[in-house]
Amino acid sequence: MIELYVLLVLMIIGALVAVELKDLLSSVIAVGAVGLALSIVFLILKAPDVAITQLVVEILALIILIRATLKKDLPLATTGRWFVNTLITACFIVLFLAVGMKCFKDLPAFGEPLMRVSGTYIKEGLQRTGAVNLVSSVILDFRAYDTLGEATILFTAVIGVLSIVRRIGRKKVGEEIKEEE
Amino acid sequence: MSREHDKGMSLIVKTITRLTVGLILLYGVYIVMHGHLSPGGGFAGGVIIALSFINIMLAYGKEDAFKKLSRAAASMWESIGAIMFLGIALLGFTGGYFFLNFLNKGEPFKLFSAGIIPLCNIAISFKVGAGVFAIFVALILLKIDVEKKE
Repeated sequence: MIELYVLLVLMIIGALVAVELKDLLSSVIAVGAVGLALSIVFLILKAPDVAITQLVVEILALIILIRATLKKDLPLATTGRWFVNTLITACFIVLFLAVGMKCFKDLPAFGEPLMRVSGTYIKEGLQRTGAVNLVSSVILDFRAYDTLGEATILFTAVIGVLSIVRRIGRKKVGEEIKEEE
Repeated sequence: MSREHDKGMSLIVKTITRLTVGLILLYGVYIVMHGHLSPGGGFAGGVIIALSFINIMLAYGKEDAFKKLSRAAASMWESIGAIMFLGIALLGFTGGYFFLNFLNKGEPFKLFSAGIIPLCNIAISFKVGAGVFAIFVALILLKIDVEKKE
Protein backbone atom coordinates (compact mmCIF):
# COMPACT_ATOMS: atom_id res chain seq x y z
CA MET A 1 0.00 0.00 0.00
CA ILE A 2 2.81 2.41 0.85
CA GLU A 3 4.15 2.46 -2.72
CA LEU A 4 0.72 3.52 -3.93
CA TYR A 5 0.79 6.56 -1.67
CA VAL A 6 4.34 7.42 -2.75
CA LEU A 7 3.26 7.32 -6.40
CA LEU A 8 0.12 9.31 -5.60
CA VAL A 9 2.16 12.06 -3.95
CA LEU A 10 4.54 12.01 -6.94
CA MET A 11 1.59 12.42 -9.32
CA ILE A 12 0.15 15.33 -7.35
CA ILE A 13 3.55 17.05 -7.25
CA GLY A 14 3.97 16.49 -11.00
CA ALA A 15 0.56 17.95 -11.74
CA LEU A 16 1.26 21.01 -9.58
CA VAL A 17 4.63 21.51 -11.28
CA ALA A 18 2.99 21.21 -14.69
CA VAL A 19 0.45 23.87 -13.79
CA GLU A 20 2.90 26.29 -12.20
CA LEU A 21 5.83 26.17 -14.64
CA LYS A 22 6.18 29.03 -17.11
CA ASP A 23 8.05 26.98 -19.75
CA LEU A 24 5.61 24.97 -21.86
CA LEU A 25 8.04 22.17 -22.76
CA SER A 26 8.92 21.54 -19.10
CA SER A 27 5.24 21.48 -18.25
CA VAL A 28 4.57 18.90 -20.95
CA ILE A 29 7.37 16.73 -19.57
CA ALA A 30 5.90 17.04 -16.06
CA VAL A 31 2.57 15.82 -17.44
CA GLY A 32 4.45 12.88 -18.95
CA ALA A 33 5.92 12.03 -15.54
CA VAL A 34 2.39 12.02 -14.09
CA GLY A 35 1.26 9.62 -16.80
CA LEU A 36 4.22 7.30 -16.21
CA ALA A 37 3.48 7.18 -12.47
CA LEU A 38 -0.16 6.44 -13.26
CA SER A 39 0.83 3.52 -15.47
CA ILE A 40 3.02 2.11 -12.65
CA VAL A 41 0.04 2.48 -10.29
CA PHE A 42 -2.06 0.41 -12.71
CA LEU A 43 0.69 -2.24 -12.78
CA ILE A 44 0.78 -2.40 -8.96
CA LEU A 45 -3.01 -2.71 -8.86
CA LYS A 46 -2.65 -5.72 -11.23
CA ALA A 47 -4.25 -4.19 -14.30
CA PRO A 48 -1.61 -4.74 -17.02
CA ASP A 49 -4.06 -4.11 -19.88
CA VAL A 50 -4.83 -0.63 -18.63
CA ALA A 51 -1.14 -0.03 -17.86
CA ILE A 52 -0.10 -0.84 -21.44
CA THR A 53 -2.83 1.36 -22.90
CA GLN A 54 -2.01 4.23 -20.52
CA LEU A 55 1.72 4.08 -21.32
CA VAL A 56 1.22 3.94 -25.08
CA VAL A 57 -1.41 6.68 -25.25
CA GLU A 58 0.70 8.83 -22.92
CA ILE A 59 3.66 8.56 -25.30
CA LEU A 60 1.46 9.52 -28.25
CA ALA A 61 -0.09 12.47 -26.41
CA LEU A 62 3.38 13.63 -25.32
CA ILE A 63 4.70 13.56 -28.89
CA ILE A 64 1.71 15.54 -30.16
CA LEU A 65 1.97 18.05 -27.29
CA ILE A 66 5.73 18.51 -27.76
CA ARG A 67 5.31 19.04 -31.51
CA ALA A 68 2.51 21.50 -30.78
CA THR A 69 4.31 23.53 -28.12
CA LEU A 70 7.92 23.57 -29.36
CA LYS A 71 9.10 26.96 -30.60
CA LYS A 72 5.73 28.56 -30.22
CA ASP A 73 4.86 31.52 -28.04
CA LEU A 74 1.46 30.91 -26.56
CA PRO A 75 -0.09 33.70 -24.55
CA LEU A 76 -0.12 33.03 -20.82
CA ALA A 77 -3.00 34.46 -18.85
CA THR A 78 -1.23 35.04 -15.54
CA THR A 79 -2.27 38.58 -14.86
CA GLY A 80 -5.69 40.01 -14.27
CA ARG A 81 -8.40 39.36 -11.76
CA TRP A 82 -6.49 37.06 -9.45
CA PHE A 83 -8.81 37.75 -6.49
CA VAL A 84 -11.97 36.68 -8.32
CA ASN A 85 -10.21 33.66 -9.82
CA THR A 86 -8.90 32.52 -6.43
CA LEU A 87 -12.31 33.01 -4.87
CA ILE A 88 -14.04 30.93 -7.56
CA THR A 89 -11.38 28.20 -7.30
CA ALA A 90 -11.75 28.02 -3.50
CA CYS A 91 -15.55 27.87 -3.80
CA PHE A 92 -15.37 24.99 -6.27
CA ILE A 93 -12.85 23.06 -4.12
CA VAL A 94 -15.12 23.39 -1.08
CA LEU A 95 -18.14 22.35 -3.16
CA PHE A 96 -16.43 19.27 -4.58
CA LEU A 97 -15.10 18.25 -1.15
CA ALA A 98 -18.57 18.56 0.38
CA VAL A 99 -20.25 16.55 -2.40
CA GLY A 100 -17.41 14.01 -2.36
CA MET A 101 -17.72 13.43 1.38
CA LYS A 102 -21.41 12.67 0.91
CA CYS A 103 -20.85 10.37 -2.08
CA PHE A 104 -17.74 8.44 -1.06
CA LYS A 105 -19.43 7.16 2.10
CA ASP A 106 -21.65 4.92 0.00
CA LEU A 107 -18.86 3.48 -2.13
CA PRO A 108 -17.46 0.05 -1.23
CA ALA A 109 -14.06 0.06 0.49
CA PHE A 110 -10.83 0.16 -1.56
CA GLY A 111 -9.93 -3.31 -2.81
CA GLU A 112 -13.34 -4.81 -2.02
CA PRO A 113 -15.54 -4.06 -5.02
CA LEU A 114 -19.10 -5.24 -5.52
CA MET A 115 -18.84 -8.53 -7.40
CA ARG A 116 -22.44 -9.03 -8.48
CA VAL A 117 -22.02 -9.11 -12.28
CA SER A 118 -18.26 -9.32 -12.49
CA GLY A 119 -18.30 -12.46 -10.37
CA THR A 120 -20.26 -14.16 -13.16
CA TYR A 121 -17.76 -12.90 -15.73
CA ILE A 122 -14.83 -14.32 -13.75
CA LYS A 123 -16.51 -17.68 -13.17
CA GLU A 124 -17.96 -18.27 -16.64
CA GLY A 125 -15.85 -16.07 -18.92
CA LEU A 126 -13.53 -18.82 -20.09
CA GLN A 127 -16.29 -21.33 -20.85
CA ARG A 128 -18.54 -18.83 -22.59
CA THR A 129 -16.03 -16.98 -24.75
CA GLY A 130 -12.94 -19.18 -24.86
CA ALA A 131 -10.65 -16.17 -24.32
CA VAL A 132 -7.98 -16.61 -21.66
CA ASN A 133 -7.56 -12.85 -21.18
CA LEU A 134 -10.65 -11.93 -19.17
CA VAL A 135 -10.40 -8.23 -20.02
CA SER A 136 -10.56 -9.10 -23.71
CA SER A 137 -13.55 -11.34 -23.15
CA VAL A 138 -15.36 -8.56 -21.31
CA ILE A 139 -14.66 -5.70 -23.72
CA LEU A 140 -15.21 -7.72 -26.91
CA ASP A 141 -17.92 -10.18 -25.89
CA PHE A 142 -19.92 -9.34 -22.77
CA ARG A 143 -19.66 -5.56 -23.18
CA ALA A 144 -19.03 -5.31 -26.92
CA TYR A 145 -21.57 -2.50 -27.25
CA ASP A 146 -19.27 -0.26 -25.20
CA THR A 147 -16.39 -1.04 -27.54
CA LEU A 148 -18.58 -0.24 -30.53
CA GLY A 149 -19.41 3.11 -28.93
CA GLU A 150 -15.72 3.80 -28.30
CA ALA A 151 -14.88 2.97 -31.91
CA THR A 152 -17.64 5.33 -33.02
CA ILE A 153 -16.22 8.09 -30.82
CA LEU A 154 -12.76 7.65 -32.36
CA PHE A 155 -14.23 7.62 -35.86
CA THR A 156 -16.12 10.85 -35.14
CA ALA A 157 -12.98 12.43 -33.68
CA VAL A 158 -10.93 11.58 -36.78
CA ILE A 159 -13.63 12.90 -39.10
CA GLY A 160 -13.88 16.10 -37.03
CA VAL A 161 -10.14 16.75 -36.96
CA LEU A 162 -9.69 16.01 -40.66
CA SER A 163 -12.59 18.21 -41.69
CA ILE A 164 -11.53 21.13 -39.51
CA VAL A 165 -7.80 21.25 -40.28
CA ARG A 166 -7.78 20.29 -43.97
CA ARG A 167 -6.36 22.93 -46.27
CA ILE A 168 -9.49 23.49 -48.30
CA GLY A 169 -11.36 24.74 -45.24
CA ARG A 170 -8.82 27.46 -44.50
CA LYS A 171 -8.40 29.07 -47.92
CA LYS A 172 -9.20 32.69 -48.43
CA VAL A 173 -11.87 33.98 -50.80
CA GLY A 174 -10.86 33.48 -54.40
CA GLU A 175 -7.77 31.43 -53.52
CA GLU A 176 -7.33 28.18 -55.43
CA ILE A 177 -5.80 25.30 -53.48
CA LYS A 178 -5.37 21.78 -54.78
CA GLU A 179 -5.94 19.05 -52.19
CA GLU A 180 -2.56 17.39 -51.70
CA GLU A 181 -2.13 13.76 -50.95
CA MET B 1 11.97 24.76 -38.59
CA SER B 2 9.76 23.58 -41.42
CA ARG B 3 12.68 23.00 -43.80
CA GLU B 4 14.51 21.07 -41.12
CA HIS B 5 11.33 19.12 -40.55
CA ASP B 6 11.03 18.23 -44.22
CA LYS B 7 14.45 16.65 -44.24
CA GLY B 8 14.08 14.90 -40.91
CA MET B 9 16.45 14.57 -38.00
CA SER B 10 20.17 13.80 -37.76
CA LEU B 11 22.01 10.69 -38.98
CA ILE B 12 22.08 9.07 -35.52
CA VAL B 13 18.32 9.30 -35.14
CA LYS B 14 17.77 8.01 -38.67
CA THR B 15 20.02 4.98 -38.12
CA ILE B 16 18.46 4.07 -34.79
CA THR B 17 14.99 4.49 -36.28
CA ARG B 18 15.88 2.29 -39.26
CA LEU B 19 17.05 -0.47 -36.90
CA THR B 20 14.18 -0.33 -34.40
CA VAL B 21 11.06 0.69 -36.29
CA GLY B 22 10.44 -2.80 -37.65
CA LEU B 23 10.66 -4.26 -34.17
CA ILE B 24 8.17 -1.69 -32.88
CA LEU B 25 5.74 -2.58 -35.68
CA LEU B 26 6.24 -6.30 -34.97
CA TYR B 27 5.57 -5.76 -31.26
CA GLY B 28 2.35 -3.96 -32.08
CA VAL B 29 1.24 -6.83 -34.32
CA TYR B 30 2.15 -9.30 -31.57
CA ILE B 31 0.07 -7.42 -29.00
CA VAL B 32 -2.88 -7.36 -31.39
CA MET B 33 -2.67 -11.03 -32.33
CA HIS B 34 -2.30 -12.18 -28.70
CA GLY B 35 -4.97 -9.82 -27.38
CA HIS B 36 -7.13 -12.71 -26.20
CA LEU B 37 -4.24 -14.54 -24.52
CA SER B 38 -2.10 -11.88 -22.85
CA PRO B 39 -2.51 -8.26 -21.72
CA GLY B 40 -2.98 -5.77 -24.51
CA GLY B 41 -5.51 -5.92 -27.27
CA GLY B 42 -6.67 -4.03 -30.30
CA PHE B 43 -6.48 -0.51 -28.92
CA ALA B 44 -2.98 -0.69 -27.39
CA GLY B 45 -1.57 -2.65 -30.33
CA GLY B 46 -3.12 -0.26 -32.82
CA VAL B 47 -1.57 2.73 -31.09
CA ILE B 48 1.84 0.99 -31.10
CA ILE B 49 1.50 0.33 -34.86
CA ALA B 50 0.62 3.99 -35.39
CA LEU B 51 3.61 5.03 -33.25
CA SER B 52 5.96 3.10 -35.55
CA PHE B 53 4.74 5.16 -38.53
CA ILE B 54 4.90 8.34 -36.45
CA ASN B 55 8.50 7.40 -35.60
CA ILE B 56 9.33 7.26 -39.31
CA MET B 57 7.65 10.61 -39.83
CA LEU B 58 9.55 12.28 -36.99
CA ALA B 59 12.93 10.89 -38.03
CA TYR B 60 12.76 10.97 -41.84
CA GLY B 61 10.24 13.71 -42.56
CA LYS B 62 6.78 13.46 -44.02
CA GLU B 63 7.64 12.38 -47.57
CA ASP B 64 9.20 9.09 -46.48
CA ALA B 65 6.37 8.41 -44.06
CA PHE B 66 3.75 9.03 -46.75
CA LYS B 67 5.59 6.54 -48.98
CA LYS B 68 4.91 3.87 -46.36
CA LEU B 69 1.37 4.94 -45.50
CA SER B 70 -0.24 7.78 -47.41
CA ARG B 71 -3.11 9.83 -46.09
CA ALA B 72 -5.57 8.23 -48.49
CA ALA B 73 -4.38 4.79 -47.34
CA ALA B 74 -4.81 5.79 -43.69
CA SER B 75 -8.40 6.89 -44.35
CA MET B 76 -9.05 3.65 -46.23
CA TRP B 77 -7.65 1.43 -43.46
CA GLU B 78 -9.67 3.27 -40.86
CA SER B 79 -12.88 2.77 -42.78
CA ILE B 80 -12.00 -0.88 -43.42
CA GLY B 81 -11.50 -1.40 -39.68
CA ALA B 82 -14.80 0.25 -38.80
CA ILE B 83 -16.76 -1.72 -41.41
CA MET B 84 -15.01 -4.97 -40.41
CA PHE B 85 -15.91 -4.49 -36.74
CA LEU B 86 -19.52 -3.64 -37.55
CA GLY B 87 -19.70 -6.51 -40.04
CA ILE B 88 -18.49 -9.02 -37.45
CA ALA B 89 -21.11 -7.67 -35.06
CA LEU B 90 -23.84 -7.93 -37.70
CA LEU B 91 -22.79 -11.47 -38.65
CA GLY B 92 -23.89 -12.44 -35.15
CA PHE B 93 -27.47 -12.20 -36.43
CA THR B 94 -26.87 -15.48 -38.27
CA GLY B 95 -27.07 -17.20 -34.91
CA GLY B 96 -29.48 -14.95 -33.09
CA TYR B 97 -28.32 -11.57 -31.79
CA PHE B 98 -25.88 -8.67 -32.24
CA PHE B 99 -22.27 -9.47 -31.27
CA LEU B 100 -22.95 -13.20 -30.96
CA ASN B 101 -19.74 -15.20 -30.74
CA PHE B 102 -20.74 -17.40 -33.67
CA LEU B 103 -17.37 -19.00 -34.42
CA ASN B 104 -15.95 -22.10 -32.82
CA LYS B 105 -14.54 -21.35 -29.36
CA GLY B 106 -11.55 -23.65 -29.89
CA GLU B 107 -9.11 -24.76 -27.26
CA PRO B 108 -8.01 -22.27 -24.55
CA PHE B 109 -4.42 -20.93 -24.63
CA LYS B 110 -4.17 -21.53 -28.41
CA LEU B 111 -3.66 -18.66 -30.88
CA PHE B 112 -6.74 -19.62 -32.90
CA SER B 113 -9.36 -19.70 -30.19
CA ALA B 114 -12.07 -17.53 -28.63
CA GLY B 115 -14.19 -17.22 -31.77
CA ILE B 116 -14.65 -13.64 -32.99
CA ILE B 117 -12.50 -11.93 -30.35
CA PRO B 118 -9.19 -12.05 -32.32
CA LEU B 119 -10.98 -10.82 -35.45
CA CYS B 120 -12.48 -7.93 -33.47
CA ASN B 121 -9.02 -7.12 -32.11
CA ILE B 122 -7.59 -6.97 -35.63
CA ALA B 123 -10.43 -4.73 -36.83
CA ILE B 124 -10.00 -2.36 -33.88
CA SER B 125 -6.23 -2.24 -34.44
CA PHE B 126 -6.73 -1.18 -38.09
CA LYS B 127 -9.16 1.47 -36.99
CA VAL B 128 -7.16 2.85 -34.08
CA GLY B 129 -3.80 2.72 -35.85
CA ALA B 130 -4.95 4.48 -38.99
CA GLY B 131 -7.14 6.93 -37.08
CA VAL B 132 -4.40 7.99 -34.67
CA PHE B 133 -1.93 8.34 -37.54
CA ALA B 134 -4.43 10.49 -39.45
CA ILE B 135 -5.00 12.75 -36.44
CA PHE B 136 -1.25 13.14 -35.94
CA VAL B 137 -0.68 13.97 -39.60
CA ALA B 138 -3.50 16.51 -39.58
CA LEU B 139 -2.17 18.30 -36.50
CA ILE B 140 1.47 18.32 -37.68
CA LEU B 141 0.67 19.51 -41.21
CA LEU B 142 -1.53 22.27 -39.85
CA LYS B 143 1.39 23.46 -37.73
CA ILE B 144 3.78 23.46 -40.69
CA ASP B 145 1.33 25.41 -42.84
CA VAL B 146 0.88 28.02 -40.13
CA GLU B 147 4.66 28.39 -39.80
CA LYS B 148 5.05 28.82 -43.54
CA LYS B 149 2.52 31.65 -43.59
CA GLU B 150 4.22 33.57 -40.78
